[in-house]
Amino acid sequence: MTAISVAGLVKTFGATRALDELDLTVRSGEVHGFLGPNGAGKSTTIRILLGLLRRDAGEVGVLGGDPWRDAVALHRRLAYVPGDVNLWPNLSGGEAIDLFGSLRGGLDRARRDELLRRFDLDPTKKCRTYSKGNRQKVAIVAAFASDVELLVLDEPTSGLDPLMEAVFREYVAALRDAGRTVLLSSHVMSEVEALCDRVSIIRAGRTVESGTLAELRHLTRTPMTVETERPVAGLAELAGVHAVTASGATTRFEVESGTLDPVLAHLARFGVRALTSTPPTLEELFMRHYGDGSEVAVTAPRPVPVGAR
Amino acid sequence: MTAFTGTTRLTRLALRRDRVKLLVWALAVPGVGAAVAQSVSGIYGTESDRIGYATTSAASVVARAFNGPVSGPSLGSVVTAEAYTMLALLAALLSTFAVVRHTRQNEETGRAELLGSAVVGRHAPLTAALLTTVAANVLSGLLLALVLVAGDLPVAGSLALGAAITGIGVSFAAIAAVTAQISGTARGANGMAAAVVGLAFLLRAAGDAWGTVSADGMRVVSAWPSWLSPLGWANQVQPFDGNRWPVLALTAGFSLLAIGTAFVLTAHRDLGSGVLAVRRGPAVAARGLLNPGGLAWRLQRGVVLGWAIGILVMGLSMGSVGDQLDSFVGENEAASELIAQLGGTEELVDAFLGTMMAMFALAVAGFAVQAVLRLRAEEAAGTLEGILATAVGRPRWLLSHLLWAALGAVVLLALAGASTGLGYGLVSGDVPGEVARLTVAGLVQAPAALVLAGLVVVLFGLLPRLSVALSWSAFLLCVLLGQLGALLELPQPVLNLSPFTHLPAVPAADPSATPLVLLLAVAVALTGLGLATFRRRDLAIG
Repeated sequence: MTAISVAGLVKTFGATRALDELDLTVRSGEVHGFLGPNGAGKSTTIRILLGLLRRDAGEVGVLGGDPWRDAVALHRRLAYVPGDVNLWPNLSGGEAIDLFGSLRGGLDRARRDELLRRFDLDPTKKCRTYSKGNRQKVAIVAAFASDVELLVLDEPTSGLDPLMEAVFREYVAALRDAGRTVLLSSHVMSEVEALCDRVSIIRAGRTVESGTLAELRHLTRTPMTVETERPVAGLAELAGVHAVTASGATTRFEVESGTLDPVLAHLARFGVRALTSTPPTLEELFMRHYGDGSEVAVTAPRPVPVGAR
Repeated sequence: MTAFTGTTRLTRLALRRDRVKLLVWALAVPGVGAAVAQSVSGIYGTESDRIGYATTSAASVVARAFNGPVSGPSLGSVVTAEAYTMLALLAALLSTFAVVRHTRQNEETGRAELLGSAVVGRHAPLTAALLTTVAANVLSGLLLALVLVAGDLPVAGSLALGAAITGIGVSFAAIAAVTAQISGTARGANGMAAAVVGLAFLLRAAGDAWGTVSADGMRVVSAWPSWLSPLGWANQVQPFDGNRWPVLALTAGFSLLAIGTAFVLTAHRDLGSGVLAVRRGPAVAARGLLNPGGLAWRLQRGVVLGWAIGILVMGLSMGSVGDQLDSFVGENEAASELIAQLGGTEELVDAFLGTMMAMFALAVAGFAVQAVLRLRAEEAAGTLEGILATAVGRPRWLLSHLLWAALGAVVLLALAGASTGLGYGLVSGDVPGEVARLTVAGLVQAPAALVLAGLVVVLFGLLPRLSVALSWSAFLLCVLLGQLGALLELPQPVLNLSPFTHLPAVPAADPSATPLVLLLAVAVALTGLGLATFRRRDLAIG
């Protein structure tokens, strides 16, 4: 079963090609991480999935329907937390939560009150007085208290403190255990690593990587540090070995997965005293795809296409 | 570092931020003055015309209440009487908004927090806001005096009027400085200050209405309430007559006192908070809110109620002067011709009431434009995104707002007619008859306002990012065609562009159904077109 299927999705804003044949598959019951630098097209994709923007070309299916044509019917079965939560300044937080829940087809009142308590949100305050984090909590509480099949979360924790982030993770894990599908766009790598079954990485409107965390690691190099009795020689000539540096008895290098066996055999000849291997974190995967080794691409100001905020 | 460190920089920042607004302001006040001076010297060209004007204005309670106390038959005095209310309200409201924009609004948006963390003293933002606003007031007052002198009015009187209007602006800048400390929101601060403007106007109107006419019959001695109002002090300067400069000491003293109060309040509160705590709301939503229509009403109701109060006061006061009309315009040939021309009939009272209804039609169309533009405001603010991500379709959302805009316009026009009818009925002695007759006359105006509302929907659907500017331009065009079209003798096809041209001149003429039905059909067609285009387009957020 597929909850979201996107193939060859194209969206242009004037001269800007925001989405360039993007592909995305989210299976039912999984938590799917949606990663990419700012301006890569995450929010644009999500808005097309919600029928807020029209696609120019490509196939898009959400819960078996067409997000543009069947918007209202589909929205009864999904909940959305926008990246930038905008509320009505003169409504209280409680009113906003009830409103979203009701417009979605009703919410679980006991669950709503429990969420308010857990997220430590005062529902009597007017929305104009809420900070970004508190506005996000309003949208999160409204989404989690709704009984829906699919949750679309666009960088939902960017304004939350670490304590609240932990509460958020707990609820997402519970949703996954209950068989719900979650599309989680995020910049917080540890969050994605902790929560997601599968990940899609996009860049400049294209999907560059997709798979389980294990599968993505398979495509990448593992950094290793080895301490030997004699200096290691000839390591750089081996297939699949990169970035060799040696200082005294310690040698650092990176090795492609699947080519480990000959490397280990080679190292054994120099008397291995210690060997440590650190699997790449998502940050490192991310940097490798977008950063060219520097942080520039991640922190660079994003080009804002017209209409895509 | 003192509490005022950074004031210069912040003032420069305020001037930079507001350079367009301040320019428009500095030109609007002298612009109004020049336009009025021009038309007054045309209509009241001779001494005898002006003596007639001064005598009738001094005798009429209505003229005293709305235009202030007339002081003598000089050209300058007539210009002052005709331009005073407009100039005073412009200066008072623009000053209020400017001060609140640079104080409370900055705190609300969080900009002040960023500034406050820099080398900026506690009192610097308020001082900068006041300096900017006072400078704008002085500039516009000087320019006003200049254009009046250029229009051949005496220098002393021109300067006195310019100073009096500047004084009004400064007084209300000082009042806004206080309300910006009291209220925790920009909206609240503006609302409180605007309420003070209204109160000041009422005090002045009451004082002048209760005033006595001088021996020569061409001047008014105001009663004490006028002396309690910053708007009244400007009158008491008596530009072009007494030129009583010492009265401005009241303005200066009052402003200094208010500004001092504001500084004391600033020193005793936290950044971002007001003296009044922001009110809390219910923890659980009421049932009525939980659908698109309920939400739209919640968002629109403040505007509707505000308009209803304004229209009620206006209708009652305008209706109740209907019987004074003969004394008001009877002696002035040009004025009675003007009214006959605007209403298109010789029956003076009905022509006057018809003119009133036409004015109400335009005013309520302004409400309709404002209410429908809420669509765009919701879209730009991003709140629409959240709504459309729920099980609410675009047509349902759009129509829920449109419902209140249209219903509001119809009810406001009925209220305009009914209150005018009540006012006129009370003085003419036939309350039920006049209420019924004028309520119908009010309702007859509705189709034109609805056509304008429909046009706004189309603009929202087709050109969301330009819809606000284009909608108000269309509204302004209708106002201009309605007010000046006949006077300028524009060709009929041009006048026909405005839906208001096609309204029957009730109550003087019998309402005929055909134009009303056609206008309604146009309104429905425009709405349908706007809805169809909105359904097909991307959301344009921000």
